[in-house]
Amino acid sequence: MAVIIEKNTKILIQGFTGKMGTFHAEEMIKYGSNVVGGVTPGKGGQKHLDRPVFNTVKDAVKHTGATASILFVPPAFAADSAMEAADAGIKTCVAIVDGIPSHDMIRIKRYMRRYSRNEKMTLVGPNCAGIISPGKSMLGIMPGHIYKEGRVGIISRSGTLGYEAAEQMKNLGIGISTSVGIGGDPINGSSFRDIIEKFETDDETDAILMIGEIGGPQEVAAGEFAKENMKKPVIGYIAGLTAPKGRVMGHAGAIVSAYGESAIEKVEILKECGVTISKNPSVMGDTVKSVLEKM
Amino acid sequence: MDIHEYQAKEILQSFGVTIPRGGIVYSPETAENKAREIGGSKWVVKAQIHSGARGKAGGVIICNSPLEVAQATDKLLGKKLVTNQTGPEGKIVNRIYIEEATDIEKELYLGLVFDRASESIMVVASTEGGMSVEEIAKEKPDSIIRSKIEVAVGIQSFQARELAFGLGIEPELIRRASETIVGCAKAFSELDATMVEVNPLVISKQKQILALDCKMSFDNNAMFRRDKVSELRDKTQEDEKEVYASDRGLNYVSLEGNIGNIINGAGLAMASMDMIKLAGGEPANFLDVGGGATPEKIVKAFRLITMDKKVKVILVNIFAGINRCDWVAEGIVQALEKIKIEVPLVIRLAGTNVEKGNKILRDSKLNYIEANTLEDAANKAVAALNK
Repeated sequence: MAVIIEKNTKILIQGFTGKMGTFHAEEMIKYGSNVVGGVTPGKGGQKHLDRPVFNTVKDAVKHTGATASILFVPPAFAADSAMEAADAGIKTCVAIVDGIPSHDMIRIKRYMRRYSRNEKMTLVGPNCAGIISPGKSMLGIMPGHIYKEGRVGIISRSGTLGYEAAEQMKNLGIGISTSVGIGGDPINGSSFRDIIEKFETDDETDAILMIGEIGGPQEVAAGEFAKENMKKPVIGYIAGLTAPKGRVMGHAGAIVSAYGESAIEKVEILKECGVTISKNPSVMGDTVKSVLEKM
Repeated sequence: MDIHEYQAKEILQSFGVTIPRGGIVYSPETAENKAREIGGSKWVVKAQIHSGARGKAGGVIICNSPLEVAQATDKLLGKKLVTNQTGPEGKIVNRIYIEEATDIEKELYLGLVFDRASESIMVVASTEGGMSVEEIAKEKPDSIIRSKIEVAVGIQSFQARELAFGLGIEPELIRRASETIVGCAKAFSELDATMVEVNPLVISKQKQILALDCKMSFDNNAMFRRDKVSELRDKTQEDEKEVYASDRGLNYVSLEGNIGNIINGAGLAMASMDMIKLAGGEPANFLDVGGGATPEKIVKAFRLITMDKKVKVILVNIFAGINRCDWVAEGIVQALEKIKIEVPLVIRLAGTNVEKGNKILRDSKLNYIEANTLEDAANKAVAALNK
């Protein structure tokens, strides 16, 4: 099985009937994802894209048996929707939305502490491209066709930079087991470490490409985890070599405010942790290839 | 979003923090009156700009008479102050804050930030006030004490007390010090702040606990629910091009180099800037037009980049997914029918329908240089610069 999602994972769309929800639900269905319905409060009982609409996530889970959801709700309501999903027993929730206040993200994460480790929902994002297991299922907004099926896992904060890597790999004949966009916000649902740990135990993944950027402690935390606990090789790239200190570079979380958060410092620390560094973003695919050839 | 010192002080005062008496003025005449109104015999005239280290830049002047206050105000108003945080162009002084001078006995540091590692709000305090927190961390790391706020319940009195005792504050002032810390924490939580800094927090000779200088920053993503805070935005303190960009939904940061770039996605934008640097060039900006790279955004992006006179080459790098290269190419062609570009233009498209996209560009009358990979694009941009 693939990490996080499988071929038949039953998926709900939260914010189903909106413009974004409709467009990306159609794309996911075209890709072959098992979209079983959606939630739009007040529109329960209707049909949308030939699938049932429910008022609450609880109703939707009860009637469809869905275990995954993807959020296309505006930032002001996103925290509420994520907590609703957690409470309804959803196992994996992807928050695509950009612009959730940091205070709300902290609230979501505190709220989720009420669940035991086994019952806890995996929240991915916000401000991310989502998850794809090529040839199986897509729970995200990425262009599915650029991902070739294979055995390398990708974790990326950035959406388009993750696409860039997937395409470089495809051009070299390298496929992907699962690609996870964890998003560009300062506080996110799943960290590099959370996902890298899942890849380590995934029997369909041989190596992991980690695409990070300036700001925050997560790349380093994942590197340290890999050094202590992992057998699979990790390849890394950190964007933002030229980013000035103290400025937000597009992603709310891409800001250097402490030691160890600049690209140069992260690269140095990751090297010490045994991560193979892609020296520039144009050779992410080549670097993965050279690591695979040595295995 | 940043605000001015006097605005932060007003906010913190409403949360129970004591500040010295003071007032904001916009002219030397009102400054003189304001000094009389405040009373006393010594005043501090403080330039209001969005930057720390104003003292070293000459932005803080101590005065001994209302006349001196007026003269100092006259000297500072309209001036551009350059600090180690403003960049070489500096920031304009449009507002002056007049404050009664404080007899300082002890200077402390108090700051609150989001701690990304623990995903909570962290209170940081030190006995070494007056220095920047970076300097304190470097020179007096042992003086720093921390306390993590559990956001579900907010800061507790015991935490504030522990911090106050930890700062060596004398017993009879502990209560006021604790109230000050609690007030800052409440302001942080209730107003969607990302940073509150009181530096220095002083104990006066009259045994008052006073916030002498204050800074607050707020989460831009939360401004939809903070009308009063968002009204405090002062666009004169921001880069003109950055204001233009943010008003148009573009993510833009002005930089020092001369290769302008237009990219979709923040990560890819940073990566493209890095490639420019590795190819021997310097980026003039960071610009993310959003993952979708819609034609409207591309038009706005070209307008913005052509406003920047230091740009000598423009590099466009778009990875089109669901939005498709042919559609993006049409957007670029349409944009450049409206906007005249006088510098070399390098375009790299990648992703869905890249051949179709490149064909549309080649068949157009557009004068540009085609690139294939990220590296190729950066090399061609730098080469065009050197021609």
